[in-house]
Amino acid sequence: MIAFNKYYNHFNVLSSALIIISLLLLVFKGLNFGIDFKGGTLIELRSNDSKINVSSLRDKFSQMNLGDVSVKKFGSDNDFLIKFENKDNKKNIIEEIKVNLDKSFGNSYDFRRVENVGPKVSTELLKSGVIAISLSLAIMLIYIWIRFEWQFSLGAILALFHDVIVTLGVFSLFSLEINLSIIAAVLTIVGYSMNDTVVIFDRVRENLRKYSDIKIFELTNISINETLSRTIITSATTLLALLAIYFFGGEILKGFSLAMILGVVFGTYSSIYIANTVLVRLRVSQKTVLREDDSK
Amino acid sequence: MLYFSKLRIVFITIFSLLFVLIASSNLFKFDDSFFDKKINLGLDLQGGSYLLLEIDNEPVIEQKLQNLTTTIRNFFKDKDIRINNIKIDNQNIFFNVSDDNKQQVIEIFEDENSEINPYYPRFKSHQLEIEDTGLNLKINFSRQGLINLKTSSQDQAIEIVRRRVDEVGTNEPNILKRGNSRILVELPGLDDPMRVKSLLGKTANLTFRFVTQNEDDRFGVEKLEFEDGTQEAVVSKRIIISGENLLDAQPKMDTQNNQTIVSFTLDRVGAKRFGKATSTGIGKQLAIVLDGKIISAPVVRDTIASGAGQISGGFTFQSATDLALLLRSGALPAPLEIIEERTVGPDLGQDSINAGMIALSIGFLLVIIFMFVKYRLFGLITNVTLVINLFILLGVLTLFEATLTLPGIAGIILTVGMAVDANVLIFERIKEELKDETNNILAFDGGYTKSRTAIIDANITTLLAAVILFFMGSGPVKGFAVTLGVGIFTTLFSVYFIARLFTSLYVAKNKNNGKLI
Repeated sequence: MIAFNKYYNHFNVLSSALIIISLLLLVFKGLNFGIDFKGGTLIELRSNDSKINVSSLRDKFSQMNLGDVSVKKFGSDNDFLIKFENKDNKKNIIEEIKVNLDKSFGNSYDFRRVENVGPKVSTELLKSGVIAISLSLAIMLIYIWIRFEWQFSLGAILALFHDVIVTLGVFSLFSLEINLSIIAAVLTIVGYSMNDTVVIFDRVRENLRKYSDIKIFELTNISINETLSRTIITSATTLLALLAIYFFGGEILKGFSLAMILGVVFGTYSSIYIANTVLVRLRVSQKTVLREDDSK
Repeated sequence: MLYFSKLRIVFITIFSLLFVLIASSNLFKFDDSFFDKKINLGLDLQGGSYLLLEIDNEPVIEQKLQNLTTTIRNFFKDKDIRINNIKIDNQNIFFNVSDDNKQQVIEIFEDENSEINPYYPRFKSHQLEIEDTGLNLKINFSRQGLINLKTSSQDQAIEIVRRRVDEVGTNEPNILKRGNSRILVELPGLDDPMRVKSLLGKTANLTFRFVTQNEDDRFGVEKLEFEDGTQEAVVSKRIIISGENLLDAQPKMDTQNNQTIVSFTLDRVGAKRFGKATSTGIGKQLAIVLDGKIISAPVVRDTIASGAGQISGGFTFQSATDLALLLRSGALPAPLEIIEERTVGPDLGQDSINAGMIALSIGFLLVIIFMFVKYRLFGLITNVTLVINLFILLGVLTLFEATLTLPGIAGIILTVGMAVDANVLIFERIKEELKDETNNILAFDGGYTKSRTAIIDANITTLLAAVILFFMGSGPVKGFAVTLGVGIFTTLFSVYFIARLFTSLYVAKNKNNGKLI
């Protein structure tokens, strides 16, 4: 049996530090919102001419008075991602750019993807993203509150907050782009992390009923160990699937799968080291679950 | 938990085979229409354009209020009530009446059978609200009045949008209402939406009006620019004919001077009016005005009584074709603005499909190898179940002709990774049971029973996340929510019926062979 409980305090300090650092990052550095949430224009361009490269594209675009233009390689050497804010919300901007590029490059390039999100839509998308995440946290809280005792719901929700905040903190630290698919990933993380916590909690509750003489400090450790191989196997297969998406699923899914990978790692960790320590700190005992059983 | 009746086994087999068959209709062609269904590919996979249009209702409201001032004036004139100082300000109409009449006017507006202010019994609201500000009377649209106005302009606009898109001839466009002032247009397979965009961006409000020098024309005048921006002309506000009078419009080649023109034919009312105007206005310039800009202003030389005419204005063949198309499909009730556009080229779509399939195969393979190494025989059972699960998932998506997007493929891969969870929970539990239980049947039965609450709780949490995502997400993300959510049900089915069936058959045969797992 691994003595997870020996490190409860150490990891609580670490988690608190991670959350504080993430919050500081989110407040002071902020998130790198993509055009979905900031508004603007995105063009994915594929060239079949070596004349077209990041610097020549940057030159051409900077001559077009589009404001701040970002040009980056996208996956392979002849794919580029161009983003700008389109502040004036010009209507025929894509056509104008095409005409301009045709002059210098002829037709040795191709727009593979064009996205244009107006300011109104991006504000709405951001709002509905925030609502979706808040709503999912609230619903998880209610669900676990119905299924378990309040001490358990508090532990599960703290673990969820930890996973969401630290994942976003990593995105902020490395200035990774937040777009619609990242919101989808965060929601899935919420579901997954909850899933992981529930399995351990289910065992904790079962053991609480079984043993009256074991303190919660020991009992959580027993429960974590009993469910450990399941935790490892499920995390492993989920990570295998996600790694396959990350490495082979194409550029568009990279951000999404990265967020999910982070979420699964943090989710597995927090189920053990946050959710359970809350139970210990709230001195959950056999009485907690038996009282609940009586009232039901 | 381990017992299966014969009937149940037959049912499970048929059910699974049915979905495998439905799923395979994506690869083969079936004659039967029930089986011949296919998963729809989202725009991000098949390529195409997604346009979100917003109707700018401000001009419509202004116009309605403008008309309303006339209506109010005439309505009360018949009742011998004088309306003074009527004006529009910030979407409100203000006017004065004498103090004796004030109450009567307010009552007329607030009467449920009011002739001038329609009452919507269903919403318990009038179209207009009236308020005595002390200085004057104020009228504005009620909340319900505004909603009705917006919905009706949306109804008109979607019809015109549909006609214009159909004229361009893309395959299976999808045109839907969003809220009460937006229209969603999905154009699968359309690589370059430039033409559709420019067609939808025009209101196509066509009027024929005389150019006038007389600044105090009875109907008022306005100064308008020519389309090429070189000249201006003063034009009367009196409309001779408008786009509504057109029966048809076609691009033509004028053989005399080799110019591209748009020829049109008018309906009876239009022909009559056009004939009258051209007979009295010989020598005058008739301006053809489209969306507030003059296309051309030819001099009237003859009376045109046939109801047919032509517009010239330095068109290219393409611009003449587009103008004819716009005129045929009619004017939009209000300008449209494209507030969101997402276009994916077909080759990127194909690349995404390929990448998705490779990721799915590799993810699947990794999970299968892992499970086999970890659990051997029971790993094999899990893997066979996983394959069937995948087919059932595809079968369900096919049956409902769901839309598969790139994030949707990611959802399927994720389902593969998470689907083994339930089986793992069960197998681990059985292992624990076998620690103090020598009877295999009892241990397996206990494993299934005791793991059930954890499995159900765990799956419900993921399902809740998927449901929220489905209702809050848009487009591709919705596709992810669908595959993730459906995946949970198919996983539970395959774990509790298929994997359990295999397990029970194996255990029944080998119950006396020591620890089985």
